[in-house]
Amino acid sequence: MNLLEQQASNKRRTWVVMAAFVAFFVVLGYGFDLFYLGARGVSFPIGAVAALGLGSVSALAGYYGGDRAVLLASHAVPLETSVPSASSDEQRFKLKQLDNVVEEIAIAAGLPKPKVYVVPDPDPNAFATGRDPQHASIAVTSGLLDLLTREELQGVVAHELSHVRNLDVRLLTVIAALVGAVALLSDWALRGMRYGALRGDRSHSREKRGGGGALMLVLFVLWLAAAIVAPLVGQILAMAVSRRREYLADASGAALTRNPGALADALDRIDSAVEPTRAIKRGSAHLCIADPLGRAVGIREGFWPDLLATHPPMKNRIAALRQMAYQH
Amino acid sequence: MAFWVIVAVVALLAIWIIATYNRLIGLRNQTANGWRQIDVQLKRRHDLIPNLVNTVRGAMEFERDTLTQVMEARARAAAATGPTDAARREGELTQALGRLFALAENYPTLRANENVKMLQEELTSTENKVGFARQFYNDIATNYNISQQTFPANMMASSFGFSRAELFELQSETERQVPAVDLSMRK
Repeated sequence: MNLLEQQASNKRRTWVVMAAFVAFFVVLGYGFDLFYLGARGVSFPIGAVAALGLGSVSALAGYYGGDRAVLLASHAVPLETSVPSASSDEQRFKLKQLDNVVEEIAIAAGLPKPKVYVVPDPDPNAFATGRDPQHASIAVTSGLLDLLTREELQGVVAHELSHVRNLDVRLLTVIAALVGAVALLSDWALRGMRYGALRGDRSHSREKRGGGGALMLVLFVLWLAAAIVAPLVGQILAMAVSRRREYLADASGAALTRNPGALADALDRIDSAVEPTRAIKRGSAHLCIADPLGRAVGIREGFWPDLLATHPPMKNRIAALRQMAYQH
Repeated sequence: MAFWVIVAVVALLAIWIIATYNRLIGLRNQTANGWRQIDVQLKRRHDLIPNLVNTVRGAMEFERDTLTQVMEARARAAAATGPTDAARREGELTQALGRLFALAENYPTLRANENVKMLQEELTSTENKVGFARQFYNDIATNYNISQQTFPANMMASSFGFSRAELFELQSETERQVPAVDLSMRK
């Protein structure tokens, strides 16, 4: 796949994800009509219409504001505001270096320079977000700045900017925003049930509709199941999407710096720092260069890791990069 | 019937010519822009060098020759005319700077000085930016050239006045030399 195909595929997938999200909203809303309001004799599908509106609005909000939400959730600080508060000359030097490195790689990629953020967290990690290269942000943890040499930092920034350039960030940011919204929503649907809107009414509706009751029950169970598994499906989707992209971003990042060895060294060092990145929440794990949760599930390839890990095994990524370094 | 076939063929041909022409125009502008980016970065480098020389002057009093060489190389590079000339003079400036940095390693006070470290970082970054801007220029210029030279676009490219873009190459023999290689595989 060349760059244009990657971009086109990411644009397409972003649309599919947003459409699926709105459809899921409508299903939830329609279920609300069917099981809660229908039982009370309201015929207008007010839940479905409201859900359509709400779903579209949140999908758009995820598209346009997802990057801000992700940055806010990880407590990222803009570089300009973290420079004056730097405690030592050494730190100021590191921040300046980060700023320079981002600008260098942006020149190498022929992209506008993204906004630079620092996440105050001792664990080394980095992520990029935004809907397109003109509205992109790149965030690194302060631990990463302390740990890596200049060249290794270049490798990591190039990896992240490759995600920006091929529009991975658009898809992954939208997924991050919408998975969060879905989790919230299914939580509401389940809680609504717990308050017993249905408990009292079920016998009532069965009397009224006779044979329809069994069908309604099946539909209700399906609806409930959808509400329960939706966040899980969203998570799995996010993981599957991001895992395949890491190798690609590693390779195109190495093509930007022409230095795969430095990125391999950087991954090696990030991997040895075992502590989880606390500032980065579960919902945006798939945006990061290394799994911030430090889960053991990503160590091997296989069925369960395929299902549950956001990142391919670090050893395989490093091996692939080292091989590139020998070929050059 | 035959008439309509001819009309269709002519229309398709016209569409193809327009599309190819527009694509080449787009690539040509990108290439020109890539070239200007190199200039922007070179200008930045010229602006930074006097600062660096002034900062290290006090501590490196004994290396007056090297400092003068850097300033002279900078003046020559800034006055360069044309791409080939510029490339050669910028190459000389790079070498003069490299010598300066190598010598600066001998002065512990300099290595510890925050201002010098910051300036050195700025200069390293500018060197990298020049390098990456050239790399990007070469990439898109190669793209532009391939688009012109491959069949069937090559049949119309030259008649519309598209010409091959020059790639950026190392100019001096010293720059081309392979660095010393250590094969003991220590890492």
